[in-house]
Amino acid sequence: MTRFTVNDRPFSTETDVETPLLYVLRNELELNGAKFGCGLGQCGACTVLLDGEAVFSCLIPLAALEGRNVTTLEGLGTIDDPGPVQAAFIEEQAAQCGYCIPGMIMRTQGMLNRNPAPSEREIREHLNPNLCRCGTHMRILRAARRAAGKPAGDQAALAERSAT
Amino acid sequence: MNALSGPALSRRSLLGGGGALILSFSLAPRSALSQSEEAQVSGTGPLPGSLSDFPYLDSWIRIDEDDSITVFTGKAELGQGIRTALIQVAAEQLDVDFSRVVLETADTGQTPNEGYTAASHSMSESGTAILNAAAQVRALLIARAADQLGLSADQLTVDDGVITGGGRSLSYGKLVGPDVLHVQAQPQSPIKDPSTNRIIGKAVRRIDIPAKLTGAVAYVQDLRLPGMVHARVVRPPVYGARLTGIDTSEVETMPGVVQVIRDGNYLAVVARGEFQAIQAMRALAAAAEWGGGIALPEKTEIYDVLKRLPSQESVIQEKGSGGGQGTRIEAAYHRPYQLHGSIGPSCAVGHVDGDRLTVWSHTQGVYPDRDAIAEMVRMPPENVRVIHMEGAGCYGHNGADDAAADAALIATKVPGTPVRVQWMREDEHRFEPYGSAMVVEASAALGESGTITDWVYDVWSTPHSTRPGSAGNLLAANLIADPFQADEPISIPQPAGGGDRNAVPGYDFPNSRVTKHFIRSMPLRVSAMRSLGAYMNVFALESFMDELALKAGADPVEFRLKHLSDPRARDVVTTVADRFGWSDWKRKGPGHGRGFAYARYKNLAVYCAVALEIEVEREAGLVRILRAVAATDSGQAVNPDGIRNQTEGGIVQSASWTLYEEVDYSTDEILSRDWASYPIMRFPAVPGAVEVHVIDRPGEPFLGTGEGSQGPTAAAIANAFADATGRRIRDLPLSPEKIRRTLEA
Amino acid sequence: MKILISALVVIVVLAGAALAYALGPSAIATVERPMPESFSGAEVKRGAELARLGYCNTCHTVRGGDPYAGGYAIETSFGTIYSTNITPDEETGIGRWSQEAFSRSLREGLDREGHHLYPAFPYTHFTKLTDQDARALYAFFMTRTPIRRSPRENDLPFPLNWRPVLAGWKLFFFDSGRFEPDGNASDTVNHGAYLVEGLSHCGACHTPRNFLQAEKRDDFLRGGEAEGWTAPAIAGDLPTPKGWTEAGLKSYLTGSFTADHGVAAGPMQPVAENLAAVPAADVEAIAAYVLPKMRSGAGKLAPAAATSEQGGNGNDEGRVLYAGLCASCHEASSPARRAHGMNLADSSALNEATSRNFVNFVLAGVQPPEGRAGSFMPALAGSLTDEQLTVLAAYLRHAKAGLRPWDDLGKTISNVRETMRRADAEPQR
Ligand code: FES
Ligand code: FES
Repeated sequence: MTRFTVNDRPFSTETDVETPLLYVLRNELELNGAKFGCGLGQCGACTVLLDGEAVFSCLIPLAALEGRNVTTLEGLGTIDDPGPVQAAFIEEQAAQCGYCIPGMIMRTQGMLNRNPAPSEREIREHLNPNLCRCGTHMRILRAARRAAGKPAGDQAALAERSAT
Repeated sequence: MNALSGPALSRRSLLGGGGALILSFSLAPRSALSQSEEAQVSGTGPLPGSLSDFPYLDSWIRIDEDDSITVFTGKAELGQGIRTALIQVAAEQLDVDFSRVVLETADTGQTPNEGYTAASHSMSESGTAILNAAAQVRALLIARAADQLGLSADQLTVDDGVITGGGRSLSYGKLVGPDVLHVQAQPQSPIKDPSTNRIIGKAVRRIDIPAKLTGAVAYVQDLRLPGMVHARVVRPPVYGARLTGIDTSEVETMPGVVQVIRDGNYLAVVARGEFQAIQAMRALAAAAEWGGGIALPEKTEIYDVLKRLPSQESVIQEKGSGGGQGTRIEAAYHRPYQLHGSIGPSCAVGHVDGDRLTVWSHTQGVYPDRDAIAEMVRMPPENVRVIHMEGAGCYGHNGADDAAADAALIATKVPGTPVRVQWMREDEHRFEPYGSAMVVEASAALGESGTITDWVYDVWSTPHSTRPGSAGNLLAANLIADPFQADEPISIPQPAGGGDRNAVPGYDFPNSRVTKHFIRSMPLRVSAMRSLGAYMNVFALESFMDELALKAGADPVEFRLKHLSDPRARDVVTTVADRFGWSDWKRKGPGHGRGFAYARYKNLAVYCAVALEIEVEREAGLVRILRAVAATDSGQAVNPDGIRNQTEGGIVQSASWTLYEEVDYSTDEILSRDWASYPIMRFPAVPGAVEVHVIDRPGEPFLGTGEGSQGPTAAAIANAFADATGRRIRDLPLSPEKIRRTLEA
Repeated sequence: MKILISALVVIVVLAGAALAYALGPSAIATVERPMPESFSGAEVKRGAELARLGYCNTCHTVRGGDPYAGGYAIETSFGTIYSTNITPDEETGIGRWSQEAFSRSLREGLDREGHHLYPAFPYTHFTKLTDQDARALYAFFMTRTPIRRSPRENDLPFPLNWRPVLAGWKLFFFDSGRFEPDGNASDTVNHGAYLVEGLSHCGACHTPRNFLQAEKRDDFLRGGEAEGWTAPAIAGDLPTPKGWTEAGLKSYLTGSFTADHGVAAGPMQPVAENLAAVPAADVEAIAAYVLPKMRSGAGKLAPAAATSEQGGNGNDEGRVLYAGLCASCHEASSPARRAHGMNLADSSALNEATSRNFVNFVLAGVQPPEGRAGSFMPALAGSLTDEQLTVLAAYLRHAKAGLRPWDDLGKTISNVRETMRRADAEPQR
């Protein structure tokens, strides 16, 4: 039996402890936020927070979770009351197919947990593990800037980059 | 969400809602012609858009007594935002609030057969049909109200679906009765004066985004049916390999395993838990022995191979008498195989219930997929229902249909149990049909006045559509014990074209001869990938235009305008030049450059021009896109922010294709199996800024947007690279290695 | 005793410094910046290759910054040194340096004005450069884009921030002199030796250093360290279970994955990136010189005698972590395992005496250079607790490498975490 919390609620499961968290979130807890993209730690579609840090849920076996705290997309807010990062993404209409976006939101949240005032370069570096195939990057960056309380537009970011 | 209400839902219960006006709408298309994107059938009928195939108004719009409004489209939301745009169109013309309209998308159980959702046709086909149908429904209801109120139509006003006149009001729901909307559409519709539009032309927020961003069931990947099991497929190591031996006994005893499926060369495993299925799949893959298989070509010789393969030649443009005078220059361009590379690997859920099969799939074409699946599982098509649910962006024909076939086939082996199949990353990379490798050879003469006097252009390509028409185009159907053979691929005719899409120049050249060399065989499996041949042809054509401009000593923008008479084309070109600041742009130093390119997609759809500014990091062989500016004219802009979103995405995606992407293979196998072996653009490398200007043309036909910017972006990058370094790269991608080699040569 | 000697050395260094200060080397006059056209294309081209063979870009370019404009932070045990601007900018770079000044800096460790350079700049190796190569390098750098950017001040404590100290250091640890070929060796091997000992300065990382940061000459290429990574021994008895072949070594050196050993990572990654872009003959020469020195497998430690200490629960927990975390790429049965999912039994990192590379791999991951295919290892710092990493390491050491657990693991994990935290807090501009 593995015990940990998911979105602040205690959870326990008898599932084989080799099983990566992703499958437990999706199939046992029926949480849709974390997505399967590669299962190899290369795309970030499955990103969740583990003790506040962004991690690949496709690569964390239950065995590594005992007593730890998992936050998923669902833990940040709801459709009626989206959390600040979710709201920033909605505000910027930062999605095409949207499949990568939950991971992007979680990675952005992980960044803000660690660094509430990231520079443009830090935002880009921090988002590096997550892939988007639709090319929504510009909007994702705008949303991340907005979530960090910075001017969201590309031009401001461009100015910041050339100033440093 | 009908798609979620489970397989028990019958078509009757879906369609037989009380008071509905939709009782008798016909699901059979009027013409037997399959509407493939590639066949470009729209506009050939007397009625606008897809109305030509489904002329009854109630095929598109249903209004219930309780005033609820449902709009039907055979198109699917693929992340392009059409769900929102189509509702905008319907709500505008029906004169109801945006939030009142519910849209049902592709489902063989309830929507018209609009073929594939592809080729940027959704707005021109479905959008046009809904625009006209809604306008006609509104007029029809006003006429009925006038009748009932004893007033003339112009004495009535409409406000959010309520018609008022002479102090009395009637809502749409009160006006509909049996068969009121079951009438054929007219060729002409009373479309509202665009200047009065309140919803069309507004950047309405996409209705699907909040749910996707908060964890709702939004994708087929999220579909969970009671008692559902999980399957994984074990694929052969290379095309055409045969399963020569396997001992499945150990896998069968693994925890959770329900069944190991072997049907000829088709191998899969079903387990109760998803990770159990993955573990069993790994064990099965390790136990399988394969023999034979088809050798792949030598990657370094692929372009020679393509040119050597037998091809069918057709001259697609012959203008003037040829042989214009002037200095002649020549160039050859190449494009490798490239991946769609959806972020979410293909997935489907299948369920056999008695003699019925239901498949939930992110296919682009529910009807053609349904027919192919029915043929494969040997069931009558009417017993098979394919329901579209969203997947990750597909950008063309990826693994969706094949995964649907997997789910269908496996479902027939575990009847009564819903089964979910998701491909692993390496399945997607190795087995999706790629975008074709291509070769272009161009030659042109430059006259004394600095204009092009002669143009000769040849393009070689393998097919650009191998979508399921019949079962043979589904991977699973090729592998089963009693296999189906793939269809003979067809060459998609002009004006849309396949490999020759956009091969005909959009410029006014007095002499032009364009030849397409269609290669039927497929050294690597290929099919439609976003913009098909247009990506390569625009890359080649617009690169060559810059080479000619350089030769003529002309400014690239001026040079283009000199050969361009279509005023809308000139408009996007000058808009971009203006917004970019083309005329007073200054080079900051060596390695800094700018590039321009323009094309009208398919020569009949969206106009798009792109200018960008780059910096070349010579040591690392990297191109940094500092800034990109685009202008697009998609006709009447239904949702300008949707157009911007699509265009920004197209630019970034094309930058990734153009700078990095190339399927890697040896003669034995595909080597691109994951994101490490097939790198795509990551955040640190995306442009500094992307700016899209939407030129709205109220009242003009919808032209679609999704595929307009890829070609221009590719050429603009190559042109900027040439501007920054004085060297031109004509072979895609402009990879770090190639850049280094080019600069060091 | 050791302390006594150390103290003595320090005194001599300081005395030498004073002396050198008195006799100070002189400045070399500035020149008009030579025009790019004044160099031959062939010379510039070879200069470009040589610059890669010396990895100049690695230390003289900050990530994402202008090439060769300097500012890259080199962490030493004494403090941080920032690399200089070596673009031909007249004010902040080397635009007004003559060939003579340039060659002298490479080979004698003196800047144009005659100041001593810190040996973080590997002039102790570059001193072997031929005149011809120094000329080609000059041609290359003088034809780069000039970038106006002043280097940041070094962050060193007194007396190390007093450059004359270096004169004393040089007295002890710097042998000036050109490369001398071995008459008995082939041209290829000699060229390899010239590169390894000189321009490519392999010893800078792969040779252990003494307490004053000088390479221990007697232990040439017997393993050192660099930027928090272990630079494994090249010469002598190596712990890797599988032997190196010429083909394997060449592919490793040029950044490709070699199934028998792994992939160039950490500070070796930019080295391999550069070697991938030089003529094959240069890499071949390096391999030809180095290969006979490598005795693979001979240094493999005796297998762990008993499993009891890491057996039982510890081992099973480790196995479970491996199955959920590592197996999708590293287990032979996984179809995803391909060119870069290596069999961990052969991993150099796992077979090393120190856990440093292993911990770096797991916590920080490895990503191929932008836009290029290559080995990928996700960063797992947030995924595993220190205890879990310890258990996993013990399992892998035992089950895959047949070795006892590392005893430096705890300390290494906290060091690596600390380094990552710092890198995160102040990213390179
Ligand atoms: S699914 Fe976890 S990183 Fe791709
Ligand atoms: S929005 Fe589709 S993958 Fe990112």
